[in-house]
Amino acid sequence: MKQSKALLPLIGVIILLAVWTLVTTLRLVDPVLLPSPVATFRTLWAGMAGGKLGADFIKTVMRTITSTAIAAVIAIPLGILLGSSEKVYRSVEFLIDFFRSTPASAMFPLFLVLFGVGDRTKIAVAAFGAALVILFNVAYGVMNARKTRLLAAKVMGASRTRVLFDVMLRESLPQTFVGLRNGVSLALVIIVVAEMFIGSTDGLGQRVFEAQQLFDMPAMYAAIFAAGALGYTLNLLFLLIERRFVHWAGR
Amino acid sequence: MSPSASVAAVPPGTFDESQRTAPHVTIRGLSKRFTDATIYDKFDFDIPRGKLISVFGPNGCGKSTLINMIAGLVPPDTGEVLFDGRPLSEVKFGYVFQNYREALFPWLSAFDNIAYPLKLMGVAKAERDRSVERLIARLGVKIDLALYPYHLSGGQQQLVSIMRALIVEPEILFLDEPFSALDYEMTLFMREQLQRVFMETATTTVLVSHDLEEAVYLSDYVLLLSRHPARVVEFVPYDAPRPRTDRTMTESTFITTKAHCLYLFQQEVRRG
Repeated sequence: MKQSKALLPLIGVIILLAVWTLVTTLRLVDPVLLPSPVATFRTLWAGMAGGKLGADFIKTVMRTITSTAIAAVIAIPLGILLGSSEKVYRSVEFLIDFFRSTPASAMFPLFLVLFGVGDRTKIAVAAFGAALVILFNVAYGVMNARKTRLLAAKVMGASRTRVLFDVMLRESLPQTFVGLRNGVSLALVIIVVAEMFIGSTDGLGQRVFEAQQLFDMPAMYAAIFAAGALGYTLNLLFLLIERRFVHWAGR
Repeated sequence: MSPSASVAAVPPGTFDESQRTAPHVTIRGLSKRFTDATIYDKFDFDIPRGKLISVFGPNGCGKSTLINMIAGLVPPDTGEVLFDGRPLSEVKFGYVFQNYREALFPWLSAFDNIAYPLKLMGVAKAERDRSVERLIARLGVKIDLALYPYHLSGGQQQLVSIMRALIVEPEILFLDEPFSALDYEMTLFMREQLQRVFMETATTTVLVSHDLEEAVYLSDYVLLLSRHPARVVEFVPYDAPRPRTDRTMTESTFITTKAHCLYLFQQEVRRG
């Protein structure tokens, strides 16, 4: 019974592959537009195992991780600082919400001027977008620390600094991880877009774009799947880290 | 100022503490206004040493506010609370919250939760562990304290809260409706645990309760408060010997004391 439940998610995958196979075998769609699953996954496998796609995959991973790391290093301490005083946070809340709502892609031209054409611009824009998401979540995590828990620490004689490090920081961790997961997803989106259009020669975005330009549909689908797998894996990775370090989340 | 102020100058251990008859806590001229009501207006009260007292009264009369002001969680507008003539900052005390789920730290094991106040005091790890082990043995606690709080039942979590309050060997223990979030079976069990704690430690204990049966059963005195601004309606003594059991609740002294409290309580409720 338990085993069959674990297999449930596979049903959707099987249905998708079945429909896809059916559509391509019956030639319901022009094969140039939609290659068969076999052709697609063969290209994906060849590309990832030592081909060009693998190298581009690594490039995108590095850029995404770098920008998220930069964002986290800036946003987590800042979020704690802002969140530890509700007054301070309220005074900058509008700015954070405004720039959080601004599409990061609108910032490309500005960042191009600031950082030139190259990796620095891509990473900077992605870090900018991710940082605001992380900042917002960390600050809320700190602000929403359970009052009783803070009071309990205070009543036991904890100083303000001890309350901050022993209670507020721990209390904010679940929300911080929400921010990190959202941040890394946003960073990946921005990086892939940047790789397509901001004078790039490599990365998954470039691979998708180039395959489309050359009308190499199996390569395009393969690159899309690679990007999807990357996004999914990054999210999963953060979830696993979260479960390990924030075992009390949601309990 | 306070007649017992000179006591603080005597170093501890120079005389038998248990022989002292002066009140432990003196509350003088305590006033507290919230935006919509005056909860306390020049409230005076003495808390006796080494007794368990229950605070009971109509809803919203400020039962919890009283112990919160004594324990420094809520600042009074005016007035003074002294512990043998000393201010709160010089006193070791324990406080148990109603909401154990939010009062314990879920990132620490139950054991480390209990040891945490000692950590704040700068006690070394080995000594902390020994203190917790001693407390476990003394109270006869049979919970797996290596577990995280969220793996324990409600009653077990509240017992951990009480142990965390006791680990510093407080002079006085405050409990704010500690059992009201528990089911009846667990409440009965926890009453026995608290009685055992009190018999073991003889710590001055102030219990806020909304359950008259519990208030009388556990205490040496029931402090009955009026509607706000709160006055002392009566400080009802109940001196049945401990350990009290289910039998205690069938005895005539228990029944008359409870009936007397209920009568005074209902008089207060009708006044409002």
